[in-house]
Amino acid sequence: AENEPPWGIPCTQLDVFVATPGCDGLPSLDSKESYKLSVLEGSLLLSADTVWGALRGLETFSQLVGRDENGTYYINETEIVDFPRFPHRGLLLDTSRHYLPLRAILETLDVMAYNKFNVFHWHIVDDPSFPYESSTFPELSKQGAFNAMTHVYTASDVQTVIEYARLRGIRVIAEFDTPGHTLSWGPGAPGLLTPCYSGEDPSGTYGPINPILNSTYQFVTSLFKEVSTVFPDFFLHLGGDEVDFTCWKSNPKIRAFMEEVGFGEDYKKLESFYIQRLLDIISSLSKGYIVWQEVFDNEVKVKPDTIIHVWKQKPTPYMEEMANVTKAGYRALLSAPWYLNRISYGQDWMAAYQVEPLNFEGVPEQKDLVVGGEACMWGEYVDVTNLAPRLW
Amino acid sequence: GGGAGLCGHSLARAPRRYYEYIFGQSWPQRSPRPLGARAGPELLELQVVIESADPGCQSFPHLDSSEAYHLTVAEPVAVLKADEVWGALRGLETFSQLVHEDDYGSFLVNESEVEDFPRFAHRGILLDTSRHYLPLKSILTNLDAMAFNKFNVFHWHIVDDQSFPYQSIFFPELSDKGAYSYNHIYTPADVHLVIEYARLRGIRVIPEFDTPGHTESWGKGQKDLLTPCYSGEEPTGSFGPVNPILNTTYEFMTKFFKEISSVFPDTYIHLGGDEVNFDCWKSNPEVREFVKKQGLGTDYAKLESYYVQKILDIVSSYNKGYIVWQEVFDNKAQLKPDTVVQVWIENNYAYELSSVTAAGLTAILAAPWYLDYISYGQDWKKYYSVEPLNFPGSEKQKKLLIGGEACLWGEFVDATNLTPRLWPRASAVGERLWSSKNVTNLQDAYQRLTDHRCRML
Repeated sequence: AENEPPWGIPCTQLDVFVATPGCDGLPSLDSKESYKLSVLEGSLLLSADTVWGALRGLETFSQLVGRDENGTYYINETEIVDFPRFPHRGLLLDTSRHYLPLRAILETLDVMAYNKFNVFHWHIVDDPSFPYESSTFPELSKQGAFNAMTHVYTASDVQTVIEYARLRGIRVIAEFDTPGHTLSWGPGAPGLLTPCYSGEDPSGTYGPINPILNSTYQFVTSLFKEVSTVFPDFFLHLGGDEVDFTCWKSNPKIRAFMEEVGFGEDYKKLESFYIQRLLDIISSLSKGYIVWQEVFDNEVKVKPDTIIHVWKQKPTPYMEEMANVTKAGYRALLSAPWYLNRISYGQDWMAAYQVEPLNFEGVPEQKDLVVGGEACMWGEYVDVTNLAPRLW
Repeated sequence: GGGAGLCGHSLARAPRRYYEYIFGQSWPQRSPRPLGARAGPELLELQVVIESADPGCQSFPHLDSSEAYHLTVAEPVAVLKADEVWGALRGLETFSQLVHEDDYGSFLVNESEVEDFPRFAHRGILLDTSRHYLPLKSILTNLDAMAFNKFNVFHWHIVDDQSFPYQSIFFPELSDKGAYSYNHIYTPADVHLVIEYARLRGIRVIPEFDTPGHTESWGKGQKDLLTPCYSGEEPTGSFGPVNPILNTTYEFMTKFFKEISSVFPDTYIHLGGDEVNFDCWKSNPEVREFVKKQGLGTDYAKLESYYVQKILDIVSSYNKGYIVWQEVFDNKAQLKPDTVVQVWIENNYAYELSSVTAAGLTAILAAPWYLDYISYGQDWKKYYSVEPLNFPGSEKQKKLLIGGEACLWGEFVDATNLTPRLWPRASAVGERLWSSKNVTNLQDAYQRLTDHRCRML
């Protein structure tokens, strides 16, 4: 009849079928996120191999439901077969430049789920502050956080984040960036950072981690042993970016070491020396690692399953860097064109949208090595008062 | 004089409001005060004295209001003296900024003597509620933020092409048909609330009803107001600026501005007049005919001036002053000597300020302060570094620059991002407009601005 609304039989349930049982596991780089959604009159079925795929399908389903002027919820007949193009779809938050309260992180995880992001790259500490409460080295946050009571992430906070993320199919990859970007580590770990010199005398300032002391490696081993246990994902991000050699060069003991081991004036070799040992430590903890591109650019010997994180736009254009990294056989992550902290006027989402991650010279095998990318929200000008509208 | 209390009812809320600002938020105590620590001298009371016979408590702030104050902080009673209540409000804000907390949770204030008054009398913020509707709450929160920064003019760019949220009493169809939805309007009660909320903070509300351009949304509810555009002999179906050749246009404007003049108590109304695109007028055969008949030649700027003139006369008849965007001056309309010209085009704005003031007209500056143009990093510095009087001109001319406005156009702004986008960047403009010319040190400003931002949060 003409007066009847075009709806058919009202649907009252969505059946969700997941092939692989069990919801207690963790998502990983190899997780299957594919799903099938079938919306037919009288039957709504969401099926997926794994629970992670079911989560993606649920998000899609929620986006398909509309509401008419009368308040009736409806959904069109649909057949969807869906799966992600890239397995690593991440978001970086920086909780060192500005502390982000737990609720800001959890809220971000919710919005990530709305957008099918599956990696939370937690750039948790850096020069300005050390908010991570370490059980092995409590002085690190006691001395290094902006405020040791109010601007820290306790062990419980960290677990809350990891579990909240897990329930949304999001991996948490922690980044403890070294040897640069470590000023806040200094107060809580005396002797860790390199004392800079002005001529013959210490200037009173500090530089990157001191790569020539045994105590450094003992510290790093203990800290990462803890971090490896606290963060269950297979991967850790080890940083390795923007190491300023000036302080190392100024330090006479380091200069002496350079001579001793025959590195001459090539401080990249000293950086590699540190990174190499760090990577060995991490490997011995049975973790994989992601590093910023400088580690690759400076020719550090990394394991073949290392993931190189491409972030720079110069001197090498990032597409060229992607080609170089994958040509050398390493997996690559792209962030360079997606530094969302670099705000500009107007609809700049378009520039981000138009990036084609595989637009570089290379054979199909190379392209397969691109595992995905990450949007980065560095925290120099971001805190809880402006995070959400700046990021989304 | 004013004496005890703050003008009885109407501004009694200010001290209460400031009490909460100062003492209401208490950070967790960090450590107990050590036994035997000296308590020190105590400040028991802040007395507010308003000196003039007509303290202005029941009235509205205006361009010539006195905002000067004298604050003396000494044991045991601090005294805040001002000619008018508006100065007392500014002084209360300063006092609230002087009070700080020590590590033990005690509130401290240094002995001080402050003699203060604004450098410029017109210190405004423009919000645009047409490109995106702003709920009342956003507007009121923004008025609070303005008061923290001693801004005293809310330039309400209330309607434009995209939507007409102002619910008119005489012409309800304007918002019925022109607003984004019934939920996206400002009722007379809403408007009244904004005006009163602003008044209690010493802020003038100057509405802008921008014509003849920027009026697409007006045409939805007012038939025949806008010019039909033509393609050759045929109307295209689209519309351009207000139609300047019809009597009905001026009948409408007369009635409309009668309402506006009574709803908004400020002496000034902003009449817009910017970015009028002549293409549609030129395409319309009746308009072309009119221009010929009136002997306006081929210069459609003359037609624009013809229209603007008539609007200015209408608004003058209601004893209102008017502010216009610079094009009205640039296109040589005949302006009354007390017209205020708002300079907004960035290119050569110093030169424009010279021209406007050389013609004896009053000017306000917005050009370097379009805060909607966001960019990465500490862009507050470039806003802070503007020196409004840096234009060629005599002393007399410089006196005609009465102030400026930070503008937050709404193309990419709504309630979800207004506050973090506007503040604290606008604070840089606020200081530039209030403080002396020689307060320019960026490092010093940085220290105070970071503190101020935390206070505002």
